[in-house]
This record gives sequence, C-alpha cells and structure tokens, in this order.
Amino acid sequence: MSEKSQYTQFHPRWYRRRVPVFWWLRRPSYLLFVLRELSSVFVAWFVVFLLLLVNAVAEGPEDYRRFQDWSATPGMLLLNVVALCFILLHAVTWLFTLSPHAMVVRLRGRRLPPALIGVGNLVAWMLASALVAFLILG
Amino acid sequence: MEPFLWLLFSAGGVLSALLIPAMLFLFGVAFPLGWVSPPGHAHLSAVLGHPVTRVVLLGLCVLALFHWAHRFRYALSDGLQLKHLDRAINLFCYGGALAGSAVAGYLLLAAW
Repeated sequence: MSEKSQYTQFHPRWYRRRVPVFWWLRRPSYLLFVLRELSSVFVAWFVVFLLLLVNAVAEGPEDYRRFQDWSATPGMLLLNVVALCFILLHAVTWLFTLSPHAMVVRLRGRRLPPALIGVGNLVAWMLASALVAFLILG
Repeated sequence: MEPFLWLLFSAGGVLSALLIPAMLFLFGVAFPLGWVSPPGHAHLSAVLGHPVTRVVLLGLCVLALFHWAHRFRYALSDGLQLKHLDRAINLFCYGGALAGSAVAGYLLLAAW
C-alpha cells in the first residue's frame, strides 16, 4: 500500500485562504475574543505580583514596606489598573458567558437554565471576594 | 495529555475569576492609592502563616499559570498565526508554567 502510493512525486498544493495577521481587528466580536485571550497574560502577571508579595512578607516588615512603596509607583499602579481591567473582563466573561453555557447541570432530569447558573456564579464570586477581603483586612 | 491540559485551563479559569479580582483590587490599586488602609505586617504574616492559606494560594498559582499557558499558546499559534512555531510556543508556555509552579511551591511551602 505504502509503496503503491508513491506513484506520484509531486504533492498537490492545498488550497488555503490567506488570513491577514490582524484579522481580529475586523469585528468587535473578534477583538473581544483576542482581548479575552490576552487576559491570561495578566492572570500570569498577578501570580508574579502575588509571589513577590508573599516573599516580601516572609522576609520581614522592612521588605513588606518596600513592596508597598514599589506597588505605589506610577508605573506599577498603571500596570495593575490595566491588569485589573483585564482580570475583570476575564471574570465577567468566564462566570457569566462561558460557564453558564458550558456547564450542564441537571436537576431531576431537567437542565438548569444558563441564567440560573450565572446567578449561582455571581453568588460564589461575591462570597469568595468577601472571604478574601475579610482575611486580608482582618 | 490534551484533555488534562484543558482541565487545568478551566480549573484555573474558574479559580482566577473567583479569587484574583478582590486580591488585585486591594493590593494593586486600593492600598497603593490609600483608598483602604493596608494590613500591617504582623496580620498578613499570621494569615500567610496558616497552612491552609498557603496551600490554597499554591493551588491558585499553579492553576492560574497553566490557565495562562494554555490560553496564551492558542493566542500565539492561532491569533498571530505562528503555527509553524508550535514546538517553541509549547515549550515556552508549559515550560514557563512548570517553572513558575516550582517557584510558587518553593516560596509557599519550602521557604516559609
């Protein structure tokens, strides 16, 4: 079989439409898609920021103070404001657009409507945020 | 392997959506701008001193990093059409997530 299939030496070229690199600027929905994908970069940035904070607290009060001063510099503040916008885009689209439709929750054989899962996610988000704020602020 | 990576991606997506906004708002914006007075070192040290806090934060770090890796990989390979660089992209994304997880594990478990 494999020997017989070698009767032609020239492979036909596949037809592929060329897509410009900036295809995602063409429609708002494409742009939103790319911004959502980019939000993951700021998720990773937050991990770095969090680990720097943890390390500063572990090192002692002096390092913690230095971390606070550093996070109040204009550059860092700007970065974190932008990061917060992207993180909110991630949270809102993930909790209220993606997961209500991706999650199939059945109750007594019936599928729960996506809107109800969205409400559940909102409650979970509020509870998690309240717990985080309570632990941090004491 | 691919289903497992998708699982990490979605677990990281949920956990980041639930936990990161509040933390980033407080430490990244509210405390530096003085909207809310930041906690003292003793209090934060006590919160971080609890093993449950550190295990939860480690889980958040690892899953969030793999969430980034998986999503950024597709953003590079499909969004910027760098499919021919897939090997390098995978190495950078998942390798970065693994290295970051190791650093997180060291800082949150070993070095504390």
